[in-house]
Amino acid sequence: MKVYLKFDYTQLTKKIVEEKLSELGYKYNSIGFGEFNFLEKVPSKKIEEITGIFREYGIEIVENQKSVLVQKIKDAIVEMVNSDIPLNIKSSVFIAEKLNLSYAYLSNVFSEVTYTSIENFIIIQKIELAKQLMINTPLNLTEISIQLNYSSVAHLSTQFKHTTGMTPSAFQRIISKRRELSHKNNT
Amino acid sequence: MTTDFINICLADDDEDDRLFFKDAFDELKINTKVSTFNDGVELMDFLNHEDSVLPHVLFLDLNMPKKNGVECLLEIKKNERLNNIAIAIYSTSSSEEHIEETFINGANIYIKKPSDFENLKKILSEVVTINWQYHTSGLNKDNFLMRL
Repeated sequence: MKVYLKFDYTQLTKKIVEEKLSELGYKYNSIGFGEFNFLEKVPSKKIEEITGIFREYGIEIVENQKSVLVQKIKDAIVEMVNSDIPLNIKSSVFIAEKLNLSYAYLSNVFSEVTYTSIENFIIIQKIELAKQLMINTPLNLTEISIQLNYSSVAHLSTQFKHTTGMTPSAFQRIISKRRELSHKNNT
Repeated sequence: MTTDFINICLADDDEDDRLFFKDAFDELKINTKVSTFNDGVELMDFLNHEDSVLPHVLFLDLNMPKKNGVECLLEIKKNERLNNIAIAIYSTSSSEEHIEETFINGANIYIKKPSDFENLKKILSEVVTINWQYHTSGLNKDNFLMRL
């Protein structure tokens, strides 16, 4: 029997952080957007310990203010791309309103820290989601293009090819051959 | 963060290619630390040493003496400690069969070596930025396939 799993990464991460911090006996407030406030002073040695534990889950403590802002922008984008609500507002407006800062400023900080643009990051996220849907759901490419708000399936295909250097069907073929191979190696 | 630069390794037996590669990274704005190896054996010795700092992305030439790129790729993918490293094949071959085979065996990126330096810079910068996104934005590395 084969089942498909869909993850809510934000929820997943929040749950892990909360469980781990409670386990370790820390008192904290969760402010949302990945922000946690410790209610008492935590010595830096303890922070190191927490950092080590979180790293196993791919969770990192972000230190400087710009990185924090970039993380918030990324979270807003991920939320935007993954939401089922069709987007009729522009992404720049959505992000600026969500973070309550001007888009020009956000866009500058983002490029400075990540060496890529917000627009580019949105495309990467959308293509990633398209990949996940291609592999893990029975949806065909036309249905995926509708779900991701592309004007047409051709537009999605072109952007896919442009971002990854290969066509969606080549991508699917490689992934399924990889799975066959790992299946063979495991039996 | 503690590591503000991106760790990069290249294994390539061609000295000119290694030099171009290093120069290209020197000219990019991105903070990188590039280590190069002359063949597959040298590379694997380094990776298998437990004190080695593992690269964020590893560039592999396919045709190398002693141990070729595909052999390195297979070894890395079988090794629990190493199989998380993003692997970019860096080769002169553009045979479709070759390309697909390396992807199936676990490569993330396939780069056809460009003939001019400006192009090389553009390609490497693109690879490193997108790889960094996979590294820092919780994207699923299993789905990371890219051809340039």
